[in-house]
Amino acid sequence: MSDSNTIPKSLIDAIGTESEQLSNDIEKGAIRRFAEAIEDNNPTYLNEEYAKSLGYRNVIAPPTFLRSVKTAPLPDHIQSPYSAVVDGGSVWEYFNPVCAGDKIFTITKFEKVFDRDGRLGNMIFLIKTTSYTNQLSELVATQTTTSITYEPKKEK
Amino acid sequence: MNKNLHFEDIKEGMEIPAIKKNPTTQQLVKYAGASGDFYQIHYDMEYAKNNGLPGVILHGALKNAFLGQLITDWIGTSGKLKMLEVQYKGMDLPGTPVYAKGIVSKIIDENNIDCDLWLETESGDKTTIGKATIQLPKN
Repeated sequence: MSDSNTIPKSLIDAIGTESEQLSNDIEKGAIRRFAEAIEDNNPTYLNEEYAKSLGYRNVIAPPTFLRSVKTAPLPDHIQSPYSAVVDGGSVWEYFNPVCAGDKIFTITKFEKVFDRDGRLGNMIFLIKTTSYTNQLSELVATQTTTSITYEPKKEK
Repeated sequence: MNKNLHFEDIKEGMEIPAIKKNPTTQQLVKYAGASGDFYQIHYDMEYAKNNGLPGVILHGALKNAFLGQLITDWIGTSGKLKMLEVQYKGMDLPGTPVYAKGIVSKIIDENNIDCDLWLETESGDKTTIGKATIQLPKN
């Protein structure tokens, strides 16, 4: 850990802040395009009859499809002073399937901030959790993400 | 796809059948569109280089999707993926094939089977590591 003067107090004070809730319609075509983009031809994502034969309401979404679902931004002041960002990883927890035709409601919470010195210089880590709830009020999944932010350096 | 894995089929230490992925710049553009992640480091070479990267790189979430497919291809339709964790250790570049691999690390019961997962390049670099917890039906 470096001295953590690089983390603005406003960020530390904002821990626990939640975004507004957003509603998303889960479209069959969006699931198909996502499955095509990740090059996963699982018929559960592509074939409605097949998915229904397994007891689903419609085709289901691949595990990481929810990444494409819109979430409301956290308030503006919850932002790293560094403009460059890389994705540091995530933890998904799954409780119920996501099916075409569903409505998914998202809320994101700012959980944690810390800094560390590394390959990219001083880095500030922002941890957020998004919860995904469907039209039946079932929690379908949560995703906790780590964003690693750093000061961009130009190549000479 | 029709073969479904059962609890009796697995034991600790067994390998999950690997899958090979051949990411291309075209796939990164398709993934950007499908996911809504339009961060330029994934398709704009000059932007990526100005951010200290060797070139455009794979979306972390795309690599996460590869690890998800490793599990869902393996367990079939009756098992359940309960948890999927991913950590990015290195960058992956389009044009470099990656293998998604894994092992069963710990069996607590049929509802709590832990696996270690990773992405590996042909030169053996593990660029992404992860974990999954799955649930399998009993015969």
